[in-house]
Amino acid sequence: MQAISRRTSERLWIAFFIFPALLIVGVIILLPLFMSLFNSLFSWRQLIRGSFAGLENFRRVFFTEPYRTRFMNAIGHNITWLLMTMLIQNTLGLFIGYLLSRRIFGSEFYKRIIFIPVLFSIVAVGFLWSLYLRPNGLVNSFLKLVGLGQYLRAWLGDEQLATPTIIIVNIWRWVGFPSLVFLAAIDNVPVDCLEAAMLDGARDSTVFFRVILPLIVPSILIITVLTIIGSLNVFEQIYTMTGLDGSPNFSTDTIGTLFYRTAFGSIDSGNPEIGIGSAIGVVIYILTLGASLLSVITLGRKEVEL
Amino acid sequence: MNSKHSALYALMLLLVLFPAFAQKTELTFWSWRPEDTEKYSKLLASFEKQNPNITVKFVPFKNTEYNTILSAALAGGSGPDIFQSRAYGGLETFAQSGYMEPLEKWVPELRNFSRDPLRGATSIKDGKIYGVPFASQTLFVYYNKKIYKELGLQIPETWDQFLANLAACKKAGYQALANGGKDGWTLEVMMGSLCPNFYGANDFYDAVVSGKTTFQDPRFRTAIERLKDLTPYMPDLYMGVSYTDMQSAFINEMAVHFVGGSFEAGYFSSQNPNLDFDVFPGPAAKKGDPRNVSVYADGNFSMNAASKNKEAAAKLLRFLASKETGDFFIKELQQVSAVPGVDTSTSPYISKVLSLQKYSTPYIFLVGFRYNQPTGSALMQAALQGFMAGKIDAAEVCRQVQEGIATYYEPFKKK
Repeated sequence: MQAISRRTSERLWIAFFIFPALLIVGVIILLPLFMSLFNSLFSWRQLIRGSFAGLENFRRVFFTEPYRTRFMNAIGHNITWLLMTMLIQNTLGLFIGYLLSRRIFGSEFYKRIIFIPVLFSIVAVGFLWSLYLRPNGLVNSFLKLVGLGQYLRAWLGDEQLATPTIIIVNIWRWVGFPSLVFLAAIDNVPVDCLEAAMLDGARDSTVFFRVILPLIVPSILIITVLTIIGSLNVFEQIYTMTGLDGSPNFSTDTIGTLFYRTAFGSIDSGNPEIGIGSAIGVVIYILTLGASLLSVITLGRKEVEL
Repeated sequence: MNSKHSALYALMLLLVLFPAFAQKTELTFWSWRPEDTEKYSKLLASFEKQNPNITVKFVPFKNTEYNTILSAALAGGSGPDIFQSRAYGGLETFAQSGYMEPLEKWVPELRNFSRDPLRGATSIKDGKIYGVPFASQTLFVYYNKKIYKELGLQIPETWDQFLANLAACKKAGYQALANGGKDGWTLEVMMGSLCPNFYGANDFYDAVVSGKTTFQDPRFRTAIERLKDLTPYMPDLYMGVSYTDMQSAFINEMAVHFVGGSFEAGYFSSQNPNLDFDVFPGPAAKKGDPRNVSVYADGNFSMNAASKNKEAAAKLLRFLASKETGDFFIKELQQVSAVPGVDTSTSPYISKVLSLQKYSTPYIFLVGFRYNQPTGSALMQAALQGFMAGKIDAAEVCRQVQEGIATYYEPFKKK
């Protein structure tokens, strides 16, 4: 038997190592993705797939009641998530990252403290905070203690406050992540650039805005893209804090909870509508894909510039 | 024919005559009650004793995941022989997908069941019965007997008396009502417990289901408006009060009243064995009027249409429709069994619930409007949250519910 050439053997080894990962991605990610695309093109009679319906399910999601109102309401909340997270979490993250990079007193300690909630299970965080936010929970008790009794609220039961409250809890959980990414990026800014700026007499703020910020743009882009994707997929936080129905009065509903409720139904929410649910799932996928493509394109270009 | 062959033939003959020797049929039985596993195995042991050639494997799943797991299994052509199935709209999904066996010919006992529980096991599309109903639930008001005695209060017959009692409790420093609004379904329960006597119970139900009237009927609107009378007696920041908060307030004797369903009693007693409570039906508008309670079927036992052991499965279903199972539900599970003629003497609480059912009306959205999305319940729960928070008025609640249901409900479309 002739020995296989080195090249072929190398290829076989590569295939051998890639195969398990490819199998997992194929079965767990790609297959369901195509299944939901497939399912979204059919009309469904309860759990049985009916005839081919083309884009009818998508038309119903976007143009007919009651789906349209629910979908628009839900995606509005996803946009709120995106804006608030970008504005508060990522700005805060940049600020914390900058402070940590200045090696302020106790920075190593703060770094760990701020990052710890990132490691917590999202379900545990949601559950615990929903206890803290009860009418007689920790948050209201604290407000009363410090003499802010007039600000006691039903945080998760108030239509205006419920979504912002959940977002802030999520920021508490996740702010350590952008902080560390920005810290690493700032630490990687070449020291000679900073020294040159200092020698030229630049103030701290000038150094930050004119030297550091332009040099960490790739990290900012990565965090932005992750925030967009995260805001489109938000589900667990709402599921654990206000439930699948987007309670109260749909004020915390997002496309994630809407999708789950529509496709699978819950005990109270009636029969599953797999066709419509799959269509919503496909919309989520397309939006996420768009965000990812945007990141690939812009990041590629930035790297060339740098 | 040698002796080896004759022995073989003898064995085959034996197997034909006594199939029991040949095989024991194993039935699988799925349930959404992991907490009752031990109790069910006691019941099933009794069945196995009576049917020595059948064994039953009881497989429970978590309540909230049950529907998904069951639909996936049935859609894949497998699944259990017998399973717990939801009532009304929840039944329709599986029945109309062809996964359930119609039971009239298998379980003759169903003929003796009364109409109300059977409604939860009957498909509205073809009128066939697809399940053996197991329990009914009733909605009413729980009250703390000890505090009632302490404050010298009487059980209220009218709405005004009820409000006066609530005011007296509040004045004495108690939390008058445990109910909050964070979990929308508890508001729907409140509506189902307190509104029927204002909207005209069965008259309105029949009219609205047949499309003769709508949810924008003034009777229904004024009934919803009554719920607003309760807000002064609900907990502080009641829109943030969840179901578990409500339960703990009543169990710990901080709250005097709890508007809820008959399914609470078992949990109340197990959490606080010293809690002295009783129930009364939703108060009437005028003295002397009947006080109706909302009632609904909790669920059924159904047979998989693809089961390979239908004969044995039918035996189990007939057992589950028997008095023995009925008594088991009352004694072991503290549930109001749907089996006719069961013995309630062992439980004064269940006797009380059954006596309240004398004037009963279907729990309106669950029984009549949970067949399509958005369900009447989902619409009502969300709208009531807006209403109780003071964001929308009763007319708007009725409009949202009506228009949501009218997107699919045929009798409303003609209007």
